[in-house]
Amino acid sequence: MTRLLVVFLGGMLFAIGLGVSGMTDANKVIGFLNLAGDWDPSLAFVMVGAIGVHLTLFRLILKRESPLFAERFEIPTRRDINPKLVGGAGLFGIGWGLGGFCPGPGLASLPAFGSSAAVFVGCMVFGMAIHKIAHPSVKNSRHQEA
Amino acid sequence: MLTSILWATVGGGLIGLAASWLLLTKGQVAGISGILGRLLDTWNDQSAWRLSFLLGLLLGGGVLVATLPESIAAPADRSLMLVGIAGVLVGYGTRLGNGCTSGHGVCGLSRFSVRSLVATISFMTTGFLTATLLGIFGGAG
Repeated sequence: MTRLLVVFLGGMLFAIGLGVSGMTDANKVIGFLNLAGDWDPSLAFVMVGAIGVHLTLFRLILKRESPLFAERFEIPTRRDINPKLVGGAGLFGIGWGLGGFCPGPGLASLPAFGSSAAVFVGCMVFGMAIHKIAHPSVKNSRHQEA
Repeated sequence: MLTSILWATVGGGLIGLAASWLLLTKGQVAGISGILGRLLDTWNDQSAWRLSFLLGLLLGGGVLVATLPESIAAPADRSLMLVGIAGVLVGYGTRLGNGCTSGHGVCGLSRFSVRSLVATISFMTTGFLTATLLGIFGGAG
């Protein structure tokens, strides 16, 4: 139970970070991705802040033998660059530019009860289901790959 | 603009902290599309923590609604039809490419993964192109 509560708190902190940073404001996201309009580059600094912190802590954490509430670290090990990776990420980017939502902000926006976030998340789950049906061979569901 | 940059950096820092927290406690990478996609795939011994993390994400959204209501905003010039198409592309694309802004962008780049760098360049390029073309040609409705 403790371990689930601890992970739950991590999810909460993640959402609060998204909100504070501006990532849950779809108009701000679109203003960042639309280079033609009145360009707002500030969201680039979300990456600066996130990577700055995680890059530092990641190294310190991995000095431990194991995580606090699990047997081992499950860090993605794949190194292959293939058309699925590039094409899948490319399709994701098109969707991100069309709607202004990526997965985290879409989910974190749900409690505001707006129709856009609900439609986005519903259709995102549908898109994931299409992938599962189209690529049934993907069995490695235990491990994170991203 | 300067305030906006400051908040983006601070919020980003919190995201990085949350990703580090998940790594320290569960040894897992905080990739939202991977966590959701795998939860939908199968119910196994990893499902409980995934569900727990996503419920935390939702409650965190609730905290935002209560404390920073203006931080959540729907896209003003995108029809629901367009947002739906966007959702399908994001769902399918993130599963095919094994990650999104958090998994590849934050976590992958933080450990200098070339795979994640390639994915990030790909989704940033198509993201900029799509939003910019929609901005120029205005067919956003």
